[in-house]
Amino acid sequence: MKVSLEEVTKVFDGGVTALDALSLEIQDGEFFALLGPSGCGKTTLLRTIAGLETASSGSLRIGDRDVTRVPPGARDVAMVFQDYALFPHMTVADNIAYPLRIKKVGRAERRAKAAATGEGLSLGGLMERRPAQLSGGQQQRVALARAMAAQPTVFLLDEPLSNLDARLRLEARTFLKKLQHDLGVTTVFVTHDQAEALALADRIAVMESGRIRQLGTPREVFQRPANVFVAGFIGSTPMNLLAGECVPGDGETATSWGHQIDVAGVRLPVPEDIVTELTPGDKVIVGIRPEYLTESEDGIKGTVEIVENLGTTSLVTLTTTGPSVQLTVPEGREPEPGATLHVTPAPGRLLVYRADDGELIDAP
Amino acid sequence: MAHQTAQRSLAGDVPGGGDRRQGLAFVVPALLLVTVFLILPALWTLYLGLTDYRLTGVQAAHPKVVGTANYTHALGDKDFRDALGRTLLFVLGSAIIGQNVLGFLLAWTLRSARRWARALVETLVLLAWILPGVVVAWLWIAFLKDQGGTLNAILHTPGRDWWFDHPMGSLIVFNVWRGTAFSMMLFTAALSSVPPSQLESARLAGASGWQQLRDVVLPGIRGHILTNTLLISLWTFNDFTPYLITKGEPHGASAVLPVYIYLTALPGERLGFASAISLIMLVINLLLALAYIRILRRRA
Amino acid sequence: MSPVQVVRRIGFYVFVALVTAFFALPMLWLVTAPFTRNPTLSVSWPDFTLGNFKHLTDDPNALPSLYNSAVLSLWTMLITVAAAALAAYALSRVRVPGRDGILYLLLLLSSVITGTSAMVPIFQLMFKLHLLDKDIGVILVMTGGLLPAAIFILKDFMDTMPKSYEESARVFGANSFQVLGHVVLPNVRPGLATIAVWAMVNVWGNFLMPFLLYRTPEKQPAAVTLNNFYTEGGQPNLALISTFSLLYSIPVVIMFLFVSRRYGFRFHGGIKA
Repeated sequence: MKVSLEEVTKVFDGGVTALDALSLEIQDGEFFALLGPSGCGKTTLLRTIAGLETASSGSLRIGDRDVTRVPPGARDVAMVFQDYALFPHMTVADNIAYPLRIKKVGRAERRAKAAATGEGLSLGGLMERRPAQLSGGQQQRVALARAMAAQPTVFLLDEPLSNLDARLRLEARTFLKKLQHDLGVTTVFVTHDQAEALALADRIAVMESGRIRQLGTPREVFQRPANVFVAGFIGSTPMNLLAGECVPGDGETATSWGHQIDVAGVRLPVPEDIVTELTPGDKVIVGIRPEYLTESEDGIKGTVEIVENLGTTSLVTLTTTGPSVQLTVPEGREPEPGATLHVTPAPGRLLVYRADDGELIDAP
Repeated sequence: MAHQTAQRSLAGDVPGGGDRRQGLAFVVPALLLVTVFLILPALWTLYLGLTDYRLTGVQAAHPKVVGTANYTHALGDKDFRDALGRTLLFVLGSAIIGQNVLGFLLAWTLRSARRWARALVETLVLLAWILPGVVVAWLWIAFLKDQGGTLNAILHTPGRDWWFDHPMGSLIVFNVWRGTAFSMMLFTAALSSVPPSQLESARLAGASGWQQLRDVVLPGIRGHILTNTLLISLWTFNDFTPYLITKGEPHGASAVLPVYIYLTALPGERLGFASAISLIMLVINLLLALAYIRILRRRA
Repeated sequence: MSPVQVVRRIGFYVFVALVTAFFALPMLWLVTAPFTRNPTLSVSWPDFTLGNFKHLTDDPNALPSLYNSAVLSLWTMLITVAAAALAAYALSRVRVPGRDGILYLLLLLSSVITGTSAMVPIFQLMFKLHLLDKDIGVILVMTGGLLPAAIFILKDFMDTMPKSYEESARVFGANSFQVLGHVVLPNVRPGLATIAVWAMVNVWGNFLMPFLLYRTPEKQPAAVTLNNFYTEGGQPNLALISTFSLLYSIPVVIMFLFVSRRYGFRFHGGIKA
């Protein structure tokens, strides 16, 4: 089912605005991520869709039905909570069958359905156990099974992977993506972990202070962050954001014919598609991912300060005359601390943001 | 998330106020019972204290409002002041000092004691607390009486009536026996809430057992000590069990306030006057409680 | 062991022995006198006679009064637990300004009022309501006195329960009563058991209220009856008193054992610093 929000605002009793006139359309069958730092309103948004919070203004539709004022139980949604909220006094089977019990399904049918759902999530041998006797991964699957038993039109997952330890998290991530794919039910999940959002979601809404700062596919959000906030938030190694200024080109080479961007004394070419958008004197912020910086003959010059091993790559921090710059180098190519290095952005990977509002300068 | 808990509601904040109304409906039975059988009598006490109400006679049928006469009378009355003094002694000796200190000592020493020793002592202490008051009264009459009292048999002091010779001292010892269990349990819970890492850091810094107690444990459980002191003071202040043992004898020498009120109201038939004393007692209770809340607030 | 440790060890055992003696000695009479022929106030080696129990069954009020106590305790417990559970749930979940302060004040008030302070007005109130000498009168008065503390304790249990449990049930469509019955109450069972036993023990042992509010000896509970055993000479009948005390104490001890076995006789976070 489609979920559409129109100008949804949520102001709490204390006067805190958690959602600020937020509009959003989530497509049928989509795996959708709400991503942002804590306090950005993503959980409130999820709870508003669930009906646990009611929008102060605006409207919310699930499918064609306006559910803005509909109580949670009547919205045909199921939610998996961050702590799973498995009832500790009930067995796994009773937990899974609980939504059916509320719907007054007979005991025998309830048990059969719970068993079938549990079987589908390989919980077969655990049906008579209590939640406390299960591992974190098993608890998560019980919570998913319980949500599935409700046969909702929308799944809501609150930080579905945060309660698992690091190793299990990757496994559960793959499992979750496959499950969502197989079920084909619209699924909205909340996460503060950008890697999780990139890996799982069909589309991501990056949120800050109750607003959506960027909406797009993982690729779009990763490659072309729409503003400095998103640029700083997405990526497992933080993007280099360097203050610069547009200056007239010196015209010495073909690439320096037009304007250039001066970053701490180093001239970088303005990306071709936005040359018409910049005039000399414009203050900008240059964004470049550490992965897209490569060693070169000239370019930004710096001294290697720290080398952090990330496994297949290493993260190198350079001190320059301006701000420090980070880049990744492949395995076996790590420079020694103290060495001097020149780095330059890979072609087409340089992003330019306006310094005043932090928005990406896009092709006209 | 920070504001996730900013709003709590019973049935979701579904519009229309259904949740608030339902919440109210849930509270109504308890509210009704508490109002009628707890708050109403308290207010009634206030009114009665202003009248010359008596159990029999003209004043029984038509009590007259005599204003604050009962209160000024009570405050000037020697019997009342004596009873108040005895009560304060009773609270100070048996609760604030006796139960607090013994309760803490028990909690502290039993922490590291063997299982059987701990089980034995705890069971006995708790038993003294849970036995019905009327039974306990008889046990202590038997324990301290002149004719064959157990204490006399142990001390070889035959014929000594401790209840007659030292009524208040006996009452204090009795109440320590009766009420220490609560302090012991509360302090046991409190001690287990002191993080072991704090004690360990103190030990690593070379603090002795006493220094650990003074610098880590006591500051850590100050709130518990306050709560405990308030509760046991209130309970002791209002305890009626002394009546079951001594009936205020000899000659009112063991009449703490609750006993004095009872003797004034029923055998003495002066209900208005007794209500005035009740109210004074209530006010003292409230002052105690407010003082406690203030101290707790300041701490937080 | 170093000498300091030895001294400490000895000190510990002396302390344990003294405490044990202090708490055990007064209780000895309760276990010896009932089995002694013509007991006095002194503790002596019992004759192991059951004659006193036989005498007790002959007394017209003794055993029925235990039944009366049981009826009072059970009803008060049921009403207290039911009313407290509903109120504690609502108070734990709905934001009411000044809620904790009011609750605290009621708690303090209840420990004061149920004593002698409100004796006279309670008597008059019950007289006006025509509830004197009726079980329901004593039950309601006791319930009113126990409720604030019961709500206080139970609310604490409910506060510590994750809110996601209820929210989860609600998203599946459960209404408030279903949430309470399916999720909240089963989760605070230790709290319910605690206040249930606590209420029963309280009523079972309470002397003043039934003493004040009953007129008919046949209706009085054990706490009052215990002080009504006199010999023909007008002296307290120690044989009946001690034997009845023992019988009267046993249910309390059993309940205590039940709670301590099942839940551990400790504070479940019920008292906060």
